[in-house]
Amino acid sequence: MADGGLPAHLDGFVRAVREAGIPVGISAAVDAAQVLTAVDLLDREQLRHGLAAVLLQRAAQRQTYDVLFDLWWPLSDRPEDDADTEPAPDDGSTDAQRQAALAAQLREELLRRLLDGDEEALRRFARLAVDQLGQGQPSPSGQSFFSYRVLRALSPDTLVSQLLDGLLGGADRGGLAEQVARQTVRERLAAFRAAVEAEVRRRSAAERGRDRVARTAVKPLADQVDFLRAQSADLAELRRSVAPLARRLAARLSAKRRMGREGRLDFRRTVRASLATGGVPVVTHHKPRTVHKPELVVLCDISGSVAGFSHFTLMLTQALREHFSGVRAFAFVDSTDEVTRFFAPGADVADAVQRIGREAEVVTFDGHSDYGNAFGVFAEKWATAVGPKTSLLVLGDGRTNYRQPGLPVLADLVRRSRSAYWLNPEPARLWGTGDSAADRYARVIPMVEVRNAAQLAEFVTTL
Amino acid sequence: MTHAQQAARFADVADVSARLAAAGYLPDAQIATTVFLADRLGKPLLVEGPAGTGKTELAKALATATSSDLIRLQCYEGLDEARALYEWNYKKQLLRIQASQGTDGADWGDLHDDVFGEEFLLSRPLLTAIRREDPTVLLVDETDKADVEVEGLLLEVLSDFQVTIPEIGTIVATRRPMVVLTSNATRELSEALKRRCLYLALDYPSAEREREIVLSRVPELAPALAEQLVRTVRALRAMELKKSPSISETLDWAQTLLALGLDTLGDDEVRATLGVVLKHASDQTRAAAELRLN
Repeated sequence: MADGGLPAHLDGFVRAVREAGIPVGISAAVDAAQVLTAVDLLDREQLRHGLAAVLLQRAAQRQTYDVLFDLWWPLSDRPEDDADTEPAPDDGSTDAQRQAALAAQLREELLRRLLDGDEEALRRFARLAVDQLGQGQPSPSGQSFFSYRVLRALSPDTLVSQLLDGLLGGADRGGLAEQVARQTVRERLAAFRAAVEAEVRRRSAAERGRDRVARTAVKPLADQVDFLRAQSADLAELRRSVAPLARRLAARLSAKRRMGREGRLDFRRTVRASLATGGVPVVTHHKPRTVHKPELVVLCDISGSVAGFSHFTLMLTQALREHFSGVRAFAFVDSTDEVTRFFAPGADVADAVQRIGREAEVVTFDGHSDYGNAFGVFAEKWATAVGPKTSLLVLGDGRTNYRQPGLPVLADLVRRSRSAYWLNPEPARLWGTGDSAADRYARVIPMVEVRNAAQLAEFVTTL
Repeated sequence: MTHAQQAARFADVADVSARLAAAGYLPDAQIATTVFLADRLGKPLLVEGPAGTGKTELAKALATATSSDLIRLQCYEGLDEARALYEWNYKKQLLRIQASQGTDGADWGDLHDDVFGEEFLLSRPLLTAIRREDPTVLLVDETDKADVEVEGLLLEVLSDFQVTIPEIGTIVATRRPMVVLTSNATRELSEALKRRCLYLALDYPSAEREREIVLSRVPELAPALAEQLVRTVRALRAMELKKSPSISETLDWAQTLLALGLDTLGDDEVRATLGVVLKHASDQTRAAAELRLN
């Protein structure tokens, strides 16, 4: 433990949590100190969950927190008491051979433990495997460990078929049983991989200092991931944040309707009710307000340059369709087509995106964005789509490939709509650089920088 | 802590686990630790997670485990002070005033004191929980459904455990209730409210814990079948469904299998009973396709 004892150590941990993007107030830090006095400090899991209870405010922060916790409150470096995994004796064979024999032996054990499914045992095995297989070349700066070395030597992915056989217990392949078993295998392999990575981080932290490891090991929170750089794993994570966001947007739009909760006084009902109180109108009754249904038109660039963003916004469109009937979606690359029909409630978004690529007429020329033509086609073919009750949402990066931007057409659409916004996944400092016409568009339509889910959520709350 | 120290309800984390288990709720290490801290630090417990992961159930089990009564405030859009805290019984007050009109010499001061007395106060859940002398668990259910103004009200009540009624005075809790707030995270609760609470994110349980839950709630079920059931439910949760099956739906499924007298969970059985866990037609089609049921 560092100088300054436990309080200083806790302070360092709290600061690291803060640096990772989780806001921790002073009162939470004070509570954290109180937690130390209440929980059993010898029980690491109690400490982990106890501190999490006061430091975190959202479920999405948990993963980041766990990585940091493992670095700051590491397991001690006690030698393993597993008797059955003695390192192979030195019998004069070459280094490579010995390594291969060791790997084969550990691989067998891994198979056994994966079949068994005991998570604690699997974690202990991961530590052993890193110790035996994960060492890199010793360098002057110290011994380093690599998870890819462990995973290459054990290649757990090739165990899948053996694992399936084991889990199915001789039953036939195919059908439900296999799918269920596959899921179990996936979960256990992921758990093993995570355990290996955690162990490598722990050892690296001991060698290189935990601040350096913490900076590289902590992944950005899902809602901070840049749309334009999102990997498919990030997209899956983002997909989970879409439904709540759509619900919030829907609530936002309907909250405006509810302002001033009740409508005009219902005189007849008020007088009728006053009979119960001797003619004194104690409770007033009101007529319900007429509900105004918001209409939303989404105009979305689905060209390759904004693929991650458009995928996300299409998911949002789909989620919004479940709340409002008045949502119409249009997609464009160099021409525009209505894609509302692909987003029937309950339809699958991934399916819809594929079908749009296949069936919708969004490309007429060469498949590069042409905003001018796209806006023109939209204004011409769907002239009535945008009216005084419509909110217009344009999604795209505004990169026109040096073609006509079609400013007058867009300005006219904006003028005809009730409200209009352009969401741009590019950072604001890049607007207007190269072939981007974003700065010119921004003069006719309010343009908002939306690079990640968090910014989108922020935009939603300002609507 | 500046306020009067309350006698702790639980001795240690293991005690929490044991007593919750005795009340029919199997907590994992995270739940037990957080509940223990909520008791020790005297803070409200904010439980957040998808529907059907046992949030409300936890509050009920807590009430049983600490032999307290459960007072429940169900939040909904449009919930206001009059429904959450207290309200004057206008009708009764009016009757009282009208009744006194006949008698001469009724002094306004007397009448005023009388009309704004205990008798005419309608106590709603928050006030009830504060005034109770007996051990109490206050459950504020689905906090995210309520409007933002209600959060302000909760802040006031939960930070000091006192309520000021202008006509009567300040009522301070003689015995602090244990407070559990639940939320489905449909909207972000305010920072101020979260800061005053301990945060517990409840997710679907691990396979092992879910199997234990199934076996403890449906003890007649064969362990092998429970294992199969839990693994199937986990496979369903891994899909992108509109509504993932919750713990309560797993339990419903177990009951269904038992009622139908099925002892394995094969393709036919799943197809016949999928409606118990998946309540959207599109989810059912999707699950059937991904599980290769056809």
